[in-house]
Amino acid sequence: MGALPRHAASAAAILLIATIISLLATPAFAETSTINAADTAWMIAATALVLMMTIPGLALFYSGMVRKKNVLATMAQCLAAVALISILWVAFGYSLAFVGDGPWLGTLDRWFLVGMKMDDINPAARTIPEALFMLYQMTFAIITVALVAGAVADRMRFSAYLLFSVGWFMFVYVPLAHWVWGGGFLATMGVVDFAGGLVVHLSAGTGGLVAAKVMGRRHGYGTENLAPFDLSLAVIGTGMLWVGWFGFNGGSALTASPRAVMAITATHLAACAGALTWGAIEWSTRRKPSVLGMISGAVAGLGTITPASGFVAPWHGIVIGIIAGLFCFWACTSLKQRFNYDDSLDVFGVHGIGGMTGTLLAGVFATAAIGGTSGLIEGNPQQLLIQFYGVAVTLVWSGGVTFILLKLVGALVPLRVSLQQELEGLDISQHGEALQ
Amino acid sequence: MKLVVAIIKPFKLDEVRQALTAIGVHGMTVTEVKGYGRQKGHTEIYRGAEYVVNFLPKLRIEIAVSTELADKAVAVITQGARTGQIGDGKIFVTPIDHALRIRTGETDSDAL
Repeated sequence: MGALPRHAASAAAILLIATIISLLATPAFAETSTINAADTAWMIAATALVLMMTIPGLALFYSGMVRKKNVLATMAQCLAAVALISILWVAFGYSLAFVGDGPWLGTLDRWFLVGMKMDDINPAARTIPEALFMLYQMTFAIITVALVAGAVADRMRFSAYLLFSVGWFMFVYVPLAHWVWGGGFLATMGVVDFAGGLVVHLSAGTGGLVAAKVMGRRHGYGTENLAPFDLSLAVIGTGMLWVGWFGFNGGSALTASPRAVMAITATHLAACAGALTWGAIEWSTRRKPSVLGMISGAVAGLGTITPASGFVAPWHGIVIGIIAGLFCFWACTSLKQRFNYDDSLDVFGVHGIGGMTGTLLAGVFATAAIGGTSGLIEGNPQQLLIQFYGVAVTLVWSGGVTFILLKLVGALVPLRVSLQQELEGLDISQHGEALQ
Repeated sequence: MKLVVAIIKPFKLDEVRQALTAIGVHGMTVTEVKGYGRQKGHTEIYRGAEYVVNFLPKLRIEIAVSTELADKAVAVITQGARTGQIGDGKIFVTPIDHALRIRTGETDSDAL
């Protein structure tokens, strides 16, 4: 009996020494490991779901909406985003976005993941390995860059796209991710953006709008038939995006928790409400509900609920989905015609307007019992103002930097393919392949 | 020998095939084609963008028959392919100078 306390005492001494050693050996921000198996399992699954959203989800969604001669080139943009952004994320993106909490940018302490040990954690997600948090956030960077490509589909030179993507990732995505999620100035101000209304959707949408303006319209826009090649591909892609979004929004809880489930519930309901709303508008104004309309509505609902999920109740998801359907329909039809820009696949109309609307609605519907933040309907109008500020910063930053980047890239290589190549199709002219 | 070429609505193929088989026509070539006549095209709308599609999908059937069977073939194709709506298609009949079955080398009416 007497042996036990002595063992316990020596074990405690060893533990103390081990703790001191580990404290000395790890970087300043690393914390004692509290890794939880359930959280880790869910976040591994969520990471895979979000990667699936880009390949093949977005690749199918986008390439189904372009013409047959540009299908492979559109898929190539999504594939290239995965390969390129993953490497850049590991090289410096993750470190600058999520390591260190300066107001403007993180640090390079984790460049190429230097010093990251197996059971290290990031303070933003204390119950999963840091490497998993890094991977999860990587999939967000990938899809955001890939989303922009939809605005310039059918006409951007592949080399220019790659250069632009590198720059856009470095100067638009990484800073925004840090400002909103990595402890930057927007986070400090209290801007809420659960899964990327600002960081992903509004930034990609605004970048797309500016890029579509700078690149100019497709040849034959408004005069020739630019009908989608195969909407069945787009439907399959939408299904993958929809399912993947459970990982996108549910995973943004960073834990296998009731809040993750609440986020998924609101997400699914918003997608349903968006699809029904868009279809209903078409049915009443154009006599037929189109499949493209229903999938557009679903994606609009998903993009719009993104910042609000995790902060709002399930029924708010339905309201937000309906509003998403109305606003995004208006943007893709009236707004686009009025200003006569050729955002080929409506990145601004769906993601830009959706991300903006959702970020503001998060400020309206935020429920303290769910996300710990109260919005306008719980008597906190201040939150809505903060959300407006987040929207304004994202619009200005993404729009401005995209413009400058395109001018810089345009000075190095032509942004557009030649007219001859555009007519021939980007598949054959950029990649030497074609669908038969 | 006559070559009967018929442009028909795609969903009418089976009726036409059955009718031709019934009168003893045992081979045909079918091609998916696009074109327009009096039906013109239709309008498609994609997220508010309206496109007039001028060329509509049709099937082009080719059969080679003996001269005495040609009129009957035209009659049953007409019967099988007709809906009474605009866009039912057209039938053209032209003479065949020579025919040959590649496998056996049989020629003309033996080759049909």
